[in-house]
Amino acid sequence: MNFKHKYIFLFPGLFVLIGILIFPIIFTIRLSLSGWNSYTPEMNFIGITNYIRLFTDDPRFWESFFRLSFLSVTTVILQYIIGFALALIVWREIKFKRFFRVIFLIPMMTTPVIMTVIWRTFFHESLGPVNDLLGHIGIGPILWLSDPVIAKFTVIIVEVWQWTPFMFLLLLAGLLSLPKEPFLAAAIDGASTFRKFVYVTFPLMAPISIGAIIIRLIEASKIMDTVFVLTSGGPGTATETSSFYIYIKGLREFQMGYAATLSFTYLVIMIISLTIIAKVLTKLMIKE
Amino acid sequence: MKIIKTCLTAIISSVMIFSPMAYADKWSDQFPHIKATGDIPGECSYESMSKKNYKGKTLKINTHAVPVMGEPTALHAEQFAKLTGAKVDVTHTPAGDLYAKAMVPFQAGQAPYDIVFGFSNFINDWRRYLEPVPKKYVEMKQMQDVTPSHIGVASWDGVMYQFPVDGDRHYLKYRKDVIDNPEMQKKYKAETGKELRVPQTWKEYGEIAKFFNGWDWDGDGEPEYGSAEVMKKDDLMYAAFYSRSAAYSKNPKTPGGFFFDLKTMKPLINNPGFVEALTDWVEATKYVPPGGINFGLGDEIGSFGGGQTLFSFSWDDAFVAAMQPDSPINNKVGAAQLPGAMKVWNRQSNSWDEGFNQAPFFVWGWAVGVAKKSKEKEMAFDYLCFFANEANHQADIGIGRFGVNPFRNDDFKVDVWTQIGWDKDIAQSYVDTLAQMEESKNRVFPLRVPGTFEFNAALATAASKALAGQLSPQAALDEAAKQWEDILNRVGKDNVRKAYAVGVAMEDNKL
Repeated sequence: MNFKHKYIFLFPGLFVLIGILIFPIIFTIRLSLSGWNSYTPEMNFIGITNYIRLFTDDPRFWESFFRLSFLSVTTVILQYIIGFALALIVWREIKFKRFFRVIFLIPMMTTPVIMTVIWRTFFHESLGPVNDLLGHIGIGPILWLSDPVIAKFTVIIVEVWQWTPFMFLLLLAGLLSLPKEPFLAAAIDGASTFRKFVYVTFPLMAPISIGAIIIRLIEASKIMDTVFVLTSGGPGTATETSSFYIYIKGLREFQMGYAATLSFTYLVIMIISLTIIAKVLTKLMIKE
Repeated sequence: MKIIKTCLTAIISSVMIFSPMAYADKWSDQFPHIKATGDIPGECSYESMSKKNYKGKTLKINTHAVPVMGEPTALHAEQFAKLTGAKVDVTHTPAGDLYAKAMVPFQAGQAPYDIVFGFSNFINDWRRYLEPVPKKYVEMKQMQDVTPSHIGVASWDGVMYQFPVDGDRHYLKYRKDVIDNPEMQKKYKAETGKELRVPQTWKEYGEIAKFFNGWDWDGDGEPEYGSAEVMKKDDLMYAAFYSRSAAYSKNPKTPGGFFFDLKTMKPLINNPGFVEALTDWVEATKYVPPGGINFGLGDEIGSFGGGQTLFSFSWDDAFVAAMQPDSPINNKVGAAQLPGAMKVWNRQSNSWDEGFNQAPFFVWGWAVGVAKKSKEKEMAFDYLCFFANEANHQADIGIGRFGVNPFRNDDFKVDVWTQIGWDKDIAQSYVDTLAQMEESKNRVFPLRVPGTFEFNAALATAASKALAGQLSPQAALDEAAKQWEDILNRVGKDNVRKAYAVGVAMEDNKL
């Protein structure tokens, strides 16, 4: 029997895949080999000139990349710890469990840009309420947004506040799906709460944890709106991340060709590094 | 007979005298925005526009977000629609995206907007996609009143591409109630041994600002600070830096370029003049309000306009906002030219020329053009002409948040400002400041070359690194100069030179 006609049914999906994934990547690669900018508005071919520029003459991109690595790893670790703690709290039989579950999810349900504007107002060094409150107890003013070191932590605070609920949600779903038998066995053996967590809960949650961490790392590595609204990458370049830098090159300076080079390089680096991170996490967290 | 003649003369005179007012009232009743002046006769007045019929046609405009420029665009669009029957769609876009939002369709050969708002320094990149302003508008009475500087800013090689709707320059704003206060003058003299006056140089600006930083000098129970400035990277801070640099680097004895040496196209932004300005600016981080290093234009306007600082310098908006009736410092502010310097760098002798130097900066401002591919060009130019007609213009310049600033000779008359409640001496200082800038022969105009964005962004990034303490002023400007060389190589030195020559001719008073 000839089943060749079955491939016809693959076409709709294939077209969608080509349209939304393959074509943009191929277009980005082609664009990265061009010098398209505000004064040369054409898809000319300049070979690997942009790539040479990136690897030999653009320390700002690499600085922004390492800054991004620091910000995303720190925020995701914090989100994981806090999210796990919150999930463990509402996993137990406590009063107003449903209420707390909803409350913990609220930050994630708000619009990031709007919330960042509100955070920026909170942290405004001379007019914001945070320094005003701290001033009443003799602290400050703290330069939340204009000190190169503190500004990074301000970005971390906002990111952790916004996205911990996502981690909480995934981990709570994981906790609720765990089998009861290992916990019963541990209880019969008289294991303490701490031991139950270390030897039962945490190992059982490892696959879900890895998934949650990877998902959040992917998202965190695209951090843009928080930086854009909160600090515009400043002071100086202290909070500039890769995606914000690519945005500046592409849409502020209109260096479309070079921005495509940055985007494609960034994509390759992210694929490689996230694959390595996933492997390392699996090795560390899942014991055979 | 004599009585009849006298009566007739009186009647005719009355009609002649009062008819414009009656005519004005007719339109100001419908459009309260112009209630102060009524309609003012002209080619694009309310009366003239009411005779146009654009029913069934749609005008599409991309403008800035509300309120700055976005609010007057929408307001005049609504008025224009009522008068002509046109449908006007107004899209509001954040400042940082105005360039790309027009440029992407321009480059793709499309015209989703008939009218695009942007900044005047976009002109070199945009002009090939814009329709030159037709002769009939250029020759109109309302255009004849536009100052030569702003005609120059809106034009390229003698062709007007941008319809003048705004005039911009940077100047100094100060708290008159403090600087002119005898008690403060006495205190300042006692503690510093110097006279308290409007600062003549940037060094004096810094000294006074530092003295008035961090204590409650207006008795409101809150500490005040020395200066509010646009220091936030990517938020127009490069313009603030050029303002601070002009006095040290624009030497009237060395024509031929402020940003580059026109002959060699060597970037000048890391010469000792610019470095001195950046060193002053780094020092300024000590007398701005907490967080002042992150102030964008809105923060600067809010800070000075809210009475938080003694000084500020940037566009007119902060001054006009401070002078509005609801401002806490209404009629307590003064205007003056940007401070100068007691030395200016001479790039030919490679040494400082001693002596006082001052150089006004005609910073870029709001600009607007009509897309070459627009199918509604006539309606588009009529809208712009209506936007900037005498009645609208007079009403708009008195509203700080509108971002519409003086660019006509008539704007430099004291009466225009006293009519909207300004004290006469403040109005006088304001118009004198603007007029002096127009008359100056040592002016700096914004960089308007291919790749303007790249040049300014590189400079802003470097300067912001110095402000944040990441680099020394010299190292930061060396980094910027190196990037400028790279950009020059990418864009092509000759391309940039050709465009830059137009701006240099304006600076050297040859246009």
